[in-house]
Amino acid sequence: MDTQAKIKEAVTGNSVVLYMKGSPKFPQCGFSNLATQVLDACGAQYTAIDVLQDPAIREGIKVFANWPTIPQLYVKGEFVGGSDIIKAMYDNGELKSLLDGAK
Amino acid sequence: MLSASQLEGYITANLTCDYIKVLGDDGTHFEAVIVSPEFVGKSMIQQHQLVYAALGSRMRAEIHALSMQTMTP
Repeated sequence: MDTQAKIKEAVTGNSVVLYMKGSPKFPQCGFSNLATQVLDACGAQYTAIDVLQDPAIREGIKVFANWPTIPQLYVKGEFVGGSDIIKAMYDNGELKSLLDGAK
Repeated sequence: MLSASQLEGYITANLTCDYIKVLGDDGTHFEAVIVSPEFVGKSMIQQHQLVYAALGSRMRAEIHALSMQTMTP
């Protein structure tokens, strides 16, 4: 399976997916750390994918969403945003509604 | 080393901005507040994509992180 198909399968087969650097326990970047904290604060169950484990995914995910940075959050197959957008949606309550709707 | 004011120049060269302020002095991490008429009617994702598009390959090569607040006029 090529990388784009692999990503498509991951984001559609899991309701909430976070592409990040490192793991939720050991984030390797402040922005990925922020994303995990915000998801935890919403009480979300999510699948975390560490892009540092796979260079093809690390580059492929940037193409997939036409988004050059990591983290990236997907809910029900839809790209939600990077850390700035995740944080803004957390602050205005939209993120919790979106995540509650995905449970 | 890339400066905040250079980054402002890169963005404004390709995106019409009513207001822009970029902060950051480590050469790779920056924070920006950008007001552009081109953001009107666009989602937050699309607004950020316009800024990334304005930066093109520099976003991969020179900039590790660009935190953004985008707003319409």
